[in-house]
Parts: sequence; C-alpha cells; structure tokens
Amino acid sequence: MKIIVCIKQVPGTTQVDIDEETGVLKRDGVESKINPYDLYALETALRLKAGCPGASVTAITMGPPQAEQSLREALMMGVDDVMLVSDRRFAGADVLATAHTLSQAILADGWETGVILCGQQTTDGDTAQVGPEIAEFLGIPHAANVTAIQDFSAGALTARVDLPATEEIIRIPLPCLVCVNKDIHTPRLPSYTLKKASRGRKVRMVTLADLPDSDPAHYGLNGSPTQVIRIFPPEHHVEHERWEGDPEALAGRLYDNLRAEKFLA
Amino acid sequence: MAGIVVHQDKIPDLSAVAALCPFGAIEVNDGSVLINAGCKMCRLCVKNGPPGAFELVKERRVAIDKDRWNGIAVYLDQTDGEIHPVSLELLGKARELAGKVGHPVIALLAGAEMGKAVAEMRHYGIDKLYLYEHPLLEHFRIEPYAAVFEDFIKRCQPAVALVGGTAIGRSLAPRVAARFRTGLTADCTFLDIQENTDLDQIRPAFGGNIMAHIRTPHNRPQFATVRYKIFSAPERMASVSGEVMRVVLDETLLGSKIETLSSSRKAPVKNIEDADVLVVAGQGIQRVENMTLLEELSQKLGGMLGGTRPVIEAGWLEPRRQIGLSGRTVKPKLLIACGVSGSVQFAAGMSGSDKIVAINIDPGAPIFKIAHTAVVGDVCEILPSLLKRIKAGEVAQ
Ligand SMILES: Cc1cc2nc3c(=O)[nH]c(=O)nc-3n(C[C@H](O)[C@H](O)[C@H](O)COP(=O)(O)OP(=O)(O)OC[C@H]3O[C@@H](n4cnc5c(N)ncnc54)[C@H](O)[C@@H]3O)c2cc1C
Ligand SMILES: Nc1ncnc2c1ncn2[C@@H]1O[C@H](COP(=O)(O)O)[C@@H](O)[C@H]1O
Repeated sequence: MKIIVCIKQVPGTTQVDIDEETGVLKRDGVESKINPYDLYALETALRLKAGCPGASVTAITMGPPQAEQSLREALMMGVDDVMLVSDRRFAGADVLATAHTLSQAILADGWETGVILCGQQTTDGDTAQVGPEIAEFLGIPHAANVTAIQDFSAGALTARVDLPATEEIIRIPLPCLVCVNKDIHTPRLPSYTLKKASRGRKVRMVTLADLPDSDPAHYGLNGSPTQVIRIFPPEHHVEHERWEGDPEALAGRLYDNLRAEKFLA
Repeated sequence: MAGIVVHQDKIPDLSAVAALCPFGAIEVNDGSVLINAGCKMCRLCVKNGPPGAFELVKERRVAIDKDRWNGIAVYLDQTDGEIHPVSLELLGKARELAGKVGHPVIALLAGAEMGKAVAEMRHYGIDKLYLYEHPLLEHFRIEPYAAVFEDFIKRCQPAVALVGGTAIGRSLAPRVAARFRTGLTADCTFLDIQENTDLDQIRPAFGGNIMAHIRTPHNRPQFATVRYKIFSAPERMASVSGEVMRVVLDETLLGSKIETLSSSRKAPVKNIEDADVLVVAGQGIQRVENMTLLEELSQKLGGMLGGTRPVIEAGWLEPRRQIGLSGRTVKPKLLIACGVSGSVQFAAGMSGSDKIVAINIDPGAPIFKIAHTAVVGDVCEILPSLLKRIKAGEVAQ
C-alpha cells in the first residue's frame, strides 16, 4: 500500500514587498522551508502507515532543483521514499499545469491504489486547489477540509469533514485523495538519527521525459490557462483623517467620535 | 515553446542576474543563464534585467470561439436548502458583469429538496436557474456534484463560472475546472469583464504584498472563486423573475464511492463575518494580558474580537477569529484595528469595512493607507483611557 504526500517548498519568509517606483519585487532572505500546511499531511501519512503493516510513504514535490532540500527534510521525518519532479519546461505552471504534472508523476511512479495526501493550502500559492485538481486528473474521489481520520482499514478511510454548515463523517474507499486541515495532528520534528541515515541518499528526479504524457504543451506556461497580466502594489483610495497627539487627547477624540456616530450610547 | 527565453549575448554581467528573480528561478550554470521550474512568470526579469536579455515568448494557441460561450453563471451553495449568503453576493456581481457584455445571469442549484430555495432565489434577478433535484444529492459528495456541474456547463456554455469560496466551493470548483482543462483563479478580490468576455481577475499573489491581475484568455468557462463578504449582496426584489429549468440526470451519473455516515449541524456560533463591530488585535498589543482591554471594548461596542495571523498563531484567539487571506473576510460597520500593521493579506480580508479606525504607534504603518481614521499612538495607553471615558459616560447617564 502506497501513501503519497504532496509537499511544496515555499519561501521561508513571507515578507515580499514591491518597490513602488521601480516595480521590483523585494524578498528578504532566500531561505526556504516545507509549506507549513504540508507538515500536517506528512504527519498524517506517517500515522496512517504506522497502523497499516506493509505500507510505505512517498513524498513528492514539483519545483526547482533546490526543492530537493524539502524532500530531505521529509526523509528526516521518516518517509520511506522521495521524488523530485523537476524540469525547465515546468516553469510558470499555474494550478492546472501543476496538478497535471503531479498526477503524471504519480502515475509514472507506478501508482495504482492507496491514498494521496495534500496540505490544506500553500503559503505562497494559497489557492487550496491543487489537491482536488490532482484527484480529477487521476479520476479518483477526494475529500477536502478533513479534520480527522478515524479509521483506515478494509480498503477505505473514515474521515471527518468540515463543511460550511455541517460536520460530516464520510467513508471513502481507496484509491482516493485527501486534503487535511491544519492541526489534524501535531507534526513531528525531524529526527537526528534519520538525518544521519539519509545523508548520502540520492533523491530520485523525474523529468518530462519520464512522464506518460510527454507533450510539452501540457506543462509549464504552455499548459497554464491562467495568465498573469501584471503585478502591482495594492492601491488605496480612501478618504482619511489622521489624528496625532498625546494618548489622552486621542482617546477623548475617539470617544467623542464613536458617540457621535452612535456606536456608543 | 512559450516561456522566458534567455538571450545570453545580451547579458554583460552574469553575477548580477540571479538576484533579479525573487523566486530563485534564474540559475547560472557553466557560464550560461537558465530558467528553472521555480519560475512564476512574474516577468520581473524581462522588466528589470539587461535590455533584451530576457524575453517572454508566447505560444500561439488555437483561438476559441468566444461567442459560443454565453452567460455569467453562479453556483448556488446550499446546505439543506439554505443558500449560503456568498451566493447572493455573487449573483449581484454576475448581474453587473452580465450587463456589461449583454449576457444572461445563469444559476446552478443542486440538492435534494430545493422547493423553498428555488422560490426564494427567484427574487434575485436570475435569468435562468438550472435545478438538479435528486435524493442522491442530499449530502455534498464530490462525484455527483461534479457530474451535475459538468452537465450544467455543457448545457449552458457560460463564459464565466463564479463559485463561493466556501468549504464546498473550494472543493468543487477546482474539480470541475480541471475537468474542462480550464483556468480557475482562487479568492478574487476584484472582478471585471472585457468586451470580448475575458474576465479580469485580481487577487493578492505570491504570498506577498502584491496584487496580481489574472486572465484566462484562451479557455472557457473562466472559473473564479470569491470569498464571503468581498462583494455586496443585492437587494431582494419584491417580484419574481426568470425561468426555472429542471434537469433530470441519469441516476448512474449521481453515484458516489463516498458514503456519508453521519452529518451533524454545527452549533450555531456567531461568526465574525456577521458582527457589526469588530475590535481587531494585532501583534502590536504586545502582551496577551492586553486582550482583556480589547475584549472589554468590543463588549461596550456590542461587537466581537478578531485577530491577525500572528495573534492567532500565538494562541491569543481561536482560529475562527482570524481575519485575512488565510482567515475570514469581514465587512462590519466599524472595525477598530489595534496594533495591526496592515499587510495585504490582512487587508484582503477587511478593506471593505464601512469604517476603519486604526491605532498604531508607527506613523508609516501600511494600515493607515486603508484606515478612514488613523490614530497615531500607543494602543496600550489609548485603550485604557478610552475605556475609562466609556465607563464614566455610562455612570453619567
Ligand atoms: C500567504 C499568506 C497568507 C497570510 N494570511 C494572513 C491572514 O489571513 N491574516 C493575517 O492577519 N495575516 C496573514 N498573513 C501574515 C501577514 O503577512 C502579516 O504577517 C500579518 O498580518 C501581520 O500581523 P500584525 O499586523 O498583527 O503584526 P505586525 O506586522 O508585527 O504588526 C504589528 C504592528 O503593531 C504596531 N505596534 C507595535 N506596538 C504598538 C503599540 N504599543 N501601540 C500601537 N501599535 C503598536 C507596529 O507599528 C506594527 O505596525 C499571511 C501571510 C502570507 C504569506
Ligand atoms: N509544486 C507542488 N509540489 C507538490 N505538491 C504541491 C505543489 N503545489 C501544491 N501542492 C500540494 O497542494 C496543496 C495545495 O496547494 P495550493 O493549491 O497551492 O494552495 C499543498 O498543500 C500541497 O500538498
């Protein structure tokens, strides 16, 4: 039984800024880390494996060569196998092209049944769409917003799902894809022993040539229906007043204002 | 092949090019410059690199006949026949877009017993409502709902499909968009439409303080999700209008491998989306003890407490209270931001509020750009003084 976890390497800092004059994107620090939401998916995978003799966990990521680092971290957490999906022709992929690429890589790996786990969303893409799209490409059912997995046996998962007005318990047979919510389990820390053990390990790399669909038109910018027309700093057109002074005076002014506008009796 | 093409001969200085890309997608390898899979097509290298060194080469795609795609479609999100208010907001936006291009507003409603919902929805100016009613659609399960949506798209060929960013919409929209191999833009904060029916979609992007303007020029339908409280709900009309088209799908299409073992209503908690007044805590309130000041103020104002992401992550407030891109979107009559810097991710969730008061010690804090009333000062001093006045005022009455 194969459990696959999709993880993404994201910038370690969330501070991106745009220089209003030159339009240059500024990003401090080049550090990267595993998308924090994907740590919950990794932890869930490792727990499912623990209750399922013979199961193995494979972490896969699509990204530039440096994304190998996030796979190494996954090895230190205890996954059995890792796969880096990387090719220059994947550059500029939107949600559709990313999901297609990942589903192809999963197929190329000889996947037939089992569970695929995704995080809730990424901190840089922040769409929460890649998971459901992978499931569609693979033609398997999926559940998003999963807050607990209560049972994993007899070829099915029993999961708790958080919907807008209800909480549902569903039974979903394998193969399937599940997007887990933050806090489903507390992610474990990387282990020093595993770090040592995986030090020299080669990370498997999958390129376009290895995928069943090798038509470059379906990948990267070519395979992306959405196009970024431009990027710009947010503009604000707000009529505003600015109050400065000592705290007592400011508090008094605010009190009068809230009363005048009937927020206070 | 579409993509960024590098003209090596136009790069005088190899050492400077890698820094052009904030995503680390420019590599220098054995003296030649390459673009790797980290590229997000932001085109900053084209704009800011050595002249002519980076070029965006577009692929010529087969032109689609955009005239064959007609209508602005809205998915009506429902639970037990209760329509989620985000769907009404989308109907209002759909009407506006439809007016610009002379298209009809089409709606999709799927569920088990929809009689009441249909009757109500006829007051919101829908031109054609497609109704898929079947006991198998009682609970949201992905395969039958995706099958219904697929049938709806094939039947109506809408130019645009708008879906609310609820837990259901965020699961369903990508599934259907992928089925049609078309684009989907998540969490749009602004929508407009071109004469040729290309949808202009704007959302915060790249996890930073940046907005991206996105289009889906070669595919139809153009899918977009929008969260609750981004747009305003239209007035309910006294009269009814539009046609109801009942579609009966073959039962085999409504099958699901998923079994719903139980479904329970969540306890009706008051959500921050529904509060008229919100007092919002940012990291600038310094200490968890100061939360009591904010709590007291929100009580006096009959409002609720909200927080920024760091405040939620510190455990000072429960996650349901997070405002922003990865939290909730709010639009209260009054929002008082205390010690909030005003990042774009935060602002994305509250900039539509009627009145924004921001208290921040930093005169240059970005929150002041969106605040109607910018109070420059220390929140730990201003709030106690404000509360003192409120209490004194109550005694005086
Ligand atoms: C993909 C993504 C999604 C995100 N989603 C969200 C989201 O949904 N919601 C969200 O909030 N954030 C989100 N963030 C994080 C966001 O970028 C900011 O980091 C966050 O909003 C900052 O929170 P803050 O204003 O509380 O803290 P800070 O940025 O640390 O600001 C604190 C402010 O308090 C002021 N201050 C300090 N002391 C005082 C004092 N004594 N009196 C008055 N003012 C004082 C400071 O001048 C400063 O402006 C997201 C980030 C990413 C990358
Ligand atoms: N490039 C990628 N490689 C591997 N998994 C990814 C990638 N992008 C997204 N995912 C998965 O899809 C989830 C949702 O991502 P997103 O749609 O970007 O918010 C993430 O939590 C990951 O599990």
